[in-house]
Amino acid sequence: MNWPAVLTLAAGTYLLRLAGLVLRGRVAVPARVERYLDLGASALLVALLATAALTEAGGFAGWARPAGVAVGALAAWRRLPFVLVVVLAAATTGVLRYLGVP
Amino acid sequence: MRSLFRTIDRSDLRDAVALAAAVGVVGASYGALAAAAGVPPAIAVGMSVLVLAGSSQFLVVAVVAAGGSPVAAVLGGLLLNARHLPFGLAMSAVVADRWPGRLLGAHILIDEVVAFSRARGTGRRARVAYWTSGVLLATFWLVGTIVGLLAGAAVPDPSVFGVDAAFPAALLALVLPGLRRADARRVGLTAAAVALAATPFLPPGLPVLAGLLGLLAAGRDDTAEVAR
Repeated sequence: MNWPAVLTLAAGTYLLRLAGLVLRGRVAVPARVERYLDLGASALLVALLATAALTEAGGFAGWARPAGVAVGALAAWRRLPFVLVVVLAAATTGVLRYLGVP
Repeated sequence: MRSLFRTIDRSDLRDAVALAAAVGVVGASYGALAAAAGVPPAIAVGMSVLVLAGSSQFLVVAVVAAGGSPVAAVLGGLLLNARHLPFGLAMSAVVADRWPGRLLGAHILIDEVVAFSRARGTGRRARVAYWTSGVLLATFWLVGTIVGLLAGAAVPDPSVFGVDAAFPAALLALVLPGLRRADARRVGLTAAAVALAATPFLPPGLPVLAGLLGLLAAGRDDTAEVAR
């Protein structure tokens, strides 16, 4: 990895981020499209968390991680504080791994 | 800007710090992995400041460790980061109204920051949450990277602490309130199914983008029905 490559990745990533912000600011968007942009962000976030919870390098991530996420989900559903959700999920997965669950 | 930060809700600040702390732990593992893969420290730190997108930075380190070319690393990283464009479209009104704010705010358009802000609606509280969590995450990511580089092999694999479960769980907690809307729930479940089904077959980044196909399940605007 060299500096031209780092700067290309950095510039490309920044422009991808800026493009969405600027495009939206320039064009008047009908309410119907606005709803789809909003739902699109939800779709991406759920797709992101689902793949992060269940997959690793194109395959199944093992049971310890999804089990931890499930405990976190239960905590979130019971409206426990956000900090507890994060800690309970990590602790569950950590303990399961300690016990030898992959 | 200073007045913006002064108005943050105490519990929002606590949650943002928790999220940033987890980001710091992952940053340390990124730094340690980069050191082990032979990535020069200046380049590893440079990426944490200038790219500021965790998954693409891990991808670069993996490509370097496997002896791949920088071109492959850059293309793979950009593919992973393509989702930021639709995120920007959705977040524009929350991030800033004018140019200086947009130019600065674009750099902290991070998955977790988007989720953290969206969990607080679209008003002023969401904007304060966006900037606070963005600045905190960027700072902890950089500090974590430096700690990881310095400590090197002394940094334990973060999977021992289950940090890899903390992020999906945090995102889930943040999107859950939004999924009370029936149309968002349909879209979200379809998006998850599509992304999971595509994961074994597509390169990293594309499965999540394919999740946008979940929009096909949007159906009628339930909220508008209720409003009427």
